[in-house]
Amino acid sequence: MSRASITKAHQKIQELSWEPTFVEPVDKYPTDYTFEKAPKKDPLKQVLRSYFPMEEEKDNRVFGAMDGAIRGNMFRQVQERWMEWQKLFLSIIPFPEISAARAMPLAINAVPNPEVHNGLAIQMIDEVRHSTIQMNLKRLYMNHYIDPAGFDLTEKGFANCYAGTIGRQFGEGFITGDAITAANVYLTIVAETAFTNVLFVAMPGEAAANGDYLLPTVFHSVQSDESRHISNGYSIILMALADERNRALLERDLRYAWWNNHAVVDAAIGTFIEYGTKDRRKDRESYAEAWRRWIYDDYYRSYLVPLEKYGLTIPHDLVEESWNRIWNKGYIHEVAQFFATGWFANYWRIDGMDDKDFEWFEFKYPGWYDKYGRWWEKYTELSKKNGHKPIAFEAEANYQYPHRCWTCMVPCLIREDTVMDEVDGQVRTYCSETCHWTDKVAFRPEYEGRPTPSMGKLSGQREWETLHHGKDLGDIMQDLGYIRDDGHTLVPQPHLNLDPKEMWTLDEVRGITLNSPNVLLNEMSPEEREQHMAEYKRGGPAGRPAAA
Amino acid sequence: MATEVKERSVPKPTFTDAEAGAKEFPSWQSRSYNYFTPRKRRATVYEDVTIDVQPDPARHLSQGWVYAFADGVGGYPQEWTALKSSNWHEFLDPNEEWEQTIYRNNANVVRQIGQNIEHGRLAHAYAAFDPAWVKVLERHVFAWAHAEHGIGMHVYTPAQRDAPTNMINNAMAVGAVHKLRFAQDLILYNLALSEEIDGFDGSVHKATWQEDPVWQPTREFVEKLTGTRDWAEQWFATSIVFEPMIGELFRSGFVMQVAALHGDFVTPTIMGAGESDAAREQRGARVLFRMLTDDAEHGAANREVLNGWLAEWNAVAENAARTLQPIWSQISEKVVRFEDSLERSQTRQRALLEDIGLAQEVTA
Repeated sequence: MSRASITKAHQKIQELSWEPTFVEPVDKYPTDYTFEKAPKKDPLKQVLRSYFPMEEEKDNRVFGAMDGAIRGNMFRQVQERWMEWQKLFLSIIPFPEISAARAMPLAINAVPNPEVHNGLAIQMIDEVRHSTIQMNLKRLYMNHYIDPAGFDLTEKGFANCYAGTIGRQFGEGFITGDAITAANVYLTIVAETAFTNVLFVAMPGEAAANGDYLLPTVFHSVQSDESRHISNGYSIILMALADERNRALLERDLRYAWWNNHAVVDAAIGTFIEYGTKDRRKDRESYAEAWRRWIYDDYYRSYLVPLEKYGLTIPHDLVEESWNRIWNKGYIHEVAQFFATGWFANYWRIDGMDDKDFEWFEFKYPGWYDKYGRWWEKYTELSKKNGHKPIAFEAEANYQYPHRCWTCMVPCLIREDTVMDEVDGQVRTYCSETCHWTDKVAFRPEYEGRPTPSMGKLSGQREWETLHHGKDLGDIMQDLGYIRDDGHTLVPQPHLNLDPKEMWTLDEVRGITLNSPNVLLNEMSPEEREQHMAEYKRGGPAGRPAAA
Repeated sequence: MATEVKERSVPKPTFTDAEAGAKEFPSWQSRSYNYFTPRKRRATVYEDVTIDVQPDPARHLSQGWVYAFADGVGGYPQEWTALKSSNWHEFLDPNEEWEQTIYRNNANVVRQIGQNIEHGRLAHAYAAFDPAWVKVLERHVFAWAHAEHGIGMHVYTPAQRDAPTNMINNAMAVGAVHKLRFAQDLILYNLALSEEIDGFDGSVHKATWQEDPVWQPTREFVEKLTGTRDWAEQWFATSIVFEPMIGELFRSGFVMQVAALHGDFVTPTIMGAGESDAAREQRGARVLFRMLTDDAEHGAANREVLNGWLAEWNAVAENAARTLQPIWSQISEKVVRFEDSLERSQTRQRALLEDIGLAQEVTA
């Protein structure tokens, strides 16, 4: 269909909405934002009669590629190190996608603009598409990759795992709380406009480098829908900016949304790209380089900063601090090491880094070896099943299991930035000042002296370790279902060796008690707590306890 | 001087032998999602890609919902409907909709409609439409697009946020885009007729919908749907009351019966697509509400709630249906009587109610 006829058709479909006079539509999803003064424009015109055939064509290409991958036996050349991380990634990602579908009525309800409603409704079904196409990709991996264990329990594992929960809070952020905070600022303005670049563009590139050309096929098909979603977000933020009363809320939400996205997406995708790859060409982009290109230049400088001309204060400090955490504070390296330390409590296999990896990390991140190299050598040594415990519980590894961040749920890995505070009657820990602010200040019914009755709250059993505190590790693994079909061998392994004799079993994790750092912290006296936290913050990189 | 050939930096393919079956070890043959029980021997693609994508505290979600609304309610609370189920997850959409089916189906529909409209143009059919029928088209047939749009955008779309399982929500998300597509199909057909028929008033449909007395009870019904908080009541009132009593009555009981006799062989093919979509959503609704009336623990209470909804919404529907009656008189060839159309709709609804276990209460 020509552009002119699409414009004409789009104009015509605006006749479909009407102002109700008999019954006021129910206000299902509240917002504290106001839109009375909003201009009404839909920057990306789309009608369903051209949309459906377009998406069908995209689907046909994806499914053609899937056929080709099977016929060409792509799995003879995929790197296991990479595919194992897909057990986590492809467990998590369909949930944020389907949550985005569920988020659309929040935005439709909040924004009185029929033109934008059309775009949001199309986004809704796009997101259903994304969720199911990703589930189907994972199904194909399960059928054709050497080790299906982990893929086979995927959605259950995602919902009960020490790492999956971090991704889950990302998706839940789209569907609850203030409708505009959740469905527009957090989901569209930050997650989709900024972080899908590393999720759906940088990461597929890495997949291809590891012999997997199906993930790029599926995810580029997904990413090609994002331009419409970005337009939806942009038109709503412009509408919000038309009313001065929204400014403080927008600035609050941009801070929360930016930081939470950084904390969660950079932790996950950074780890997959840096530690899940076998491609160690020196001229290959590191995650930090990809971040600089896709997030800093492409999003921050060319999308976010121009919003300043509307008088909006942009969280420059948080953008710079995110970079500081990635480049100077080793955020991704700390997260990857945390994932690996916790190998016993997940449902995929994590192999150690070798000399080739070390050389690359040192080249890309000078000083890396001194901070992390020895720990990875120890990981490889302790990956062998020869009578010792998993590395997290082996004293000689000199590793202190970290506190969780109450807000982003990634542990407090940059020790010196950890914040401890009593909030809602509980001593909590936070990875940073901003996550502390998010819980204590932003997600509250009042903000800077004004009522914010629609703002959501952080809820649930946020700490995985607290949920399992005091239990035997073997029982936890069995309860969570991370056992292979012989009833004995663990799904996760700290190596890629599939020789049954080398694989860890329940026997090696029985008799170990898991303790929650937060429970122990709350049991301390105030003085003990202060001392403990001072020591924790002095701790070295790679989970090393502070020197005596 | 020899030219220096610089090797391009590209990742080298590596033979990893990471294909299924290359080694045997515990779970090497575990090639199906093992966290749910498929309905038949093997899971369908629909089941594989839909079930448990949205976990909940009753299924796998050990840490509960980690974000909440201001009132402390998070995720997909079961309390968002008055109906109760021993296992909401038992519902599977009989239409088995997922990515490929959604796009194949809808792309085929829009292609078919586009071709039909184009055939009409090439056959110079529009100029031959009966003038009285053209007036009915302008006003009433295109007024119908508003009802479809309102339900798609403000009933099914929010309802797909609210239900407690991914399978229910998916069915309603698909229902929403069916309605929206059909509304757009109609209004873009209106655009085509505006270009093909001299003097065709392409904008009168909106005033008809907003002001013509024959449409006001129907508009009130749709607005009442958008003002309903309970997602299951929204689906029930739409699929079990609105669709047979007003939707089918107008689409099938009138437009599809009379159009061809007035020289119009195009409009019924478009209406038929909407009718087919509504039937799909009804198939899903039948399975869901049957599951709820059959529920060993909550069946009786659910039947009571559903009967209450039925009585309330049927009263509104009957008034809306009867108020549409004058439209049946506005055509030249009076081949179908309003009472016959209404009787057909009532019979269809009785069959539906019987399917979901509510028949006895209705006749009592």
